[in-house]
Amino acid sequence: MVNISKSFNNVEANKNITFCVNYGEIYALLGENGAGKSTLVNILSGVYRPDSGEIYVHGEKKRFGDPRDSINSGIGMIYQHFKLIENMTATENIILGQKLGHIINKKKLRKTIIDISEKYGFKVDPDKYIFDMSVGEKQNVEILKVLYRSADILILDEPTAVLTPQETEKLFKILLKMKEQGCAVILITHKLQEVMDISDRITILRNGEVVDTVQTSETNQKDLTAMMIGKSIDLSIERHPILEKEVILEIKNLCLVDRDGVKRLDNISFQVRSGEIFGIAGIAGSGQKELCESIQGLERRKKGQILFKGEDIARLTTREIFERGLRISFIPEDRLGMGLVPTMDIVDNVIMKDYYLQKGIFLDRQPARIRSEYIVKILNILTPGINYPVNRLSGGNIQKVLLGRELDSNPDFLITAYPTRGLDIGSSRRIYNELNRQKMKGIGILYVGEDLNVLLNLCDRIMVLSQGKVMGIVDASRMTNEKLGFMMLGGKE
Amino acid sequence: MDISFFTAAIVAGTPLVYAILGELITEKSGQLNLGVEGMMLIGAVIGFKVAIVTSNPYLSLLGAIFAGGIGALIYGILTISLRANQIVTGLALTIFGAGFASFTGQGLIGEAVPQNIKLFFENFQIPFLGDIPVIGPIFFNQGILVYMGYLSTIIAGLYLYRTQIGLNLRAVGENTAAADAAGVKVSFYKYIHVLIGGLLCGLSGAYLSLVYIPSWQDNITAGRGWIAVALVIFCKWNPFLVLCGAFLFGGLDIIGFRIQKYEFNISQYLIDLLPYVVTIIILILISARKSQLGAAPANLGATYFREEK
Repeated sequence: MVNISKSFNNVEANKNITFCVNYGEIYALLGENGAGKSTLVNILSGVYRPDSGEIYVHGEKKRFGDPRDSINSGIGMIYQHFKLIENMTATENIILGQKLGHIINKKKLRKTIIDISEKYGFKVDPDKYIFDMSVGEKQNVEILKVLYRSADILILDEPTAVLTPQETEKLFKILLKMKEQGCAVILITHKLQEVMDISDRITILRNGEVVDTVQTSETNQKDLTAMMIGKSIDLSIERHPILEKEVILEIKNLCLVDRDGVKRLDNISFQVRSGEIFGIAGIAGSGQKELCESIQGLERRKKGQILFKGEDIARLTTREIFERGLRISFIPEDRLGMGLVPTMDIVDNVIMKDYYLQKGIFLDRQPARIRSEYIVKILNILTPGINYPVNRLSGGNIQKVLLGRELDSNPDFLITAYPTRGLDIGSSRRIYNELNRQKMKGIGILYVGEDLNVLLNLCDRIMVLSQGKVMGIVDASRMTNEKLGFMMLGGKE
Repeated sequence: MDISFFTAAIVAGTPLVYAILGELITEKSGQLNLGVEGMMLIGAVIGFKVAIVTSNPYLSLLGAIFAGGIGALIYGILTISLRANQIVTGLALTIFGAGFASFTGQGLIGEAVPQNIKLFFENFQIPFLGDIPVIGPIFFNQGILVYMGYLSTIIAGLYLYRTQIGLNLRAVGENTAAADAAGVKVSFYKYIHVLIGGLLCGLSGAYLSLVYIPSWQDNITAGRGWIAVALVIFCKWNPFLVLCGAFLFGGLDIIGFRIQKYEFNISQYLIDLLPYVVTIIILILISARKSQLGAAPANLGATYFREEK
């Protein structure tokens, strides 16, 4: 790729980016969120058209008008958010978009697919539906899809974001096999450890520009961080001791069966003390969402006891909990869907939480305005003003608005689900610091996380969920990544 | 109930077969076209007009199919190329179709279909199959368009589930972005299948005005287009179930006439309500059940922008 540039609404996502990849090499594009990695690969896969610049494949100049052109040049893309069709089988997904006019011959396809997967050493059931698959299996299907088209340039966008350490290891084995077979593998990530482990060369992006390209063998994590962020920062997260010992939340035998009759939570019991950050680990869909919503009063089908400051709130609605003066704040994972109203401004989003406490027919916005100004100031939110729609803010700032609103109500307990998802290192750090500050104030915090390193460093104790069951509650300071991953996959402690 | 009731139910259900199939194929591409009623009306009136003018059955059918296709094309340009809201565009198409049919059909009221066209659509027995007791007289002693209806559902089923094009089409409706990333020409697929839907709706209209009624009257479809939209859900987007849905509702449609001779003390209006009431009940039952398979195409009704962030 030579001199690629692309901008969205006057924001330059890529500025004159040039890089080259050789066959038989694993090449990493490293950068923070918003550095322009995804834009760049979307250009390479034909989804976006560059404003300027040229792409050469095998020394030949190419123009990618749509994804079809890119596929025909032997480029295979594995997207961060899988592009799979949930209610089709693996086979159907793999052959999607192939040459027309063929009657589908299931038997022959089955064999081809099994042959390819054996060649690279992974297992896929061709007749399994995608909605029945784990994240790791889905990724295997994505990779097979690309191999089936005999692509020799593979692009993986944040492939390990959703994988457990064990699954990651398997993926890397497959990637190394591909490298042996002479494929070019482009790995896009912000995880330094992985880059160091597996890549041959690294290009670092920052603010849409190339900072440098280095040989992996000649660099280290510290230098890479400095190049990614522009300055060297401390990556460690502090863990403060728990000050209070009083139990604020106790859950006893919580069960939940959803409307399809599937057991989402199975006999869950645990305690959280005030001034403690209680982590919840598990692969996506292990019951984290259901647990958060049960405590908060959104989920009505649960059975069991939820004792908050000794009072059973299991049968109460969100508003009833609030009206009893029990301050539970909830930062849901879907911040624009459940947390905030995307098209409304900060003031209206702030007022939503307690508008009904006001008297009279009309809303008085003045107090909310003052609170909004305060939130913006204290959390350092970058916005043109408090009357600016929240969906036009960046991900980090949106999260800060939500966090600010929830903390502003002086909660006794805070539930956060993936609060740093999609945020860059800087913004994540500020969120962790804020959580730690709340912890010191004596607030109990339930932290649902996906990055195991963060869970291990930030939380005091971690509960591991697998398929709605508790696999164990462990002391974070005496735990390792691998053990945690093993438990997430359903292994008992 | 005698066999003639079931034979008549098939006839009454045939316009639904084409309309449901048309809407089903359209929806598989992720486009929700609520203009079925409109396209049927346009097809019905154009087919009838051509029949009066030319007395040629082939030209009448072609005219109706073509007219339905034009309606679908308007919808396609607005929703696929110009990315207008699909619901609003579909409703507009229905309103337009109703107005167009009333206006064009003004001078046609009371006219009858020419004799040779009636003859063309006459019932005939299929050898062997027609001799089977009970099933033969009900299913295989019908007009040409009824047989074509059977055939279309089977072809559509094989097309959707056994061919690569059908797979690509379903992918477009299920996850447009994934299909696009896999190199499927999304807009092209949408256009073609919206168009096929329109052609079938036009044919459905022609069956009403040329065979079923067979003369011209205002609002000749009488809400059948809407029932077809609902029956797509009843059929779980599966072409092989289209015949069941269509013939069941064909039966409900005519049960009013049949029941008269038994002198029940039920108001005629209540009986005429039956198809609509059953539609509502079925929709409620189906929406209460949630399952991954047999659900609507996931991206149904969504407008697709490739570069959306």
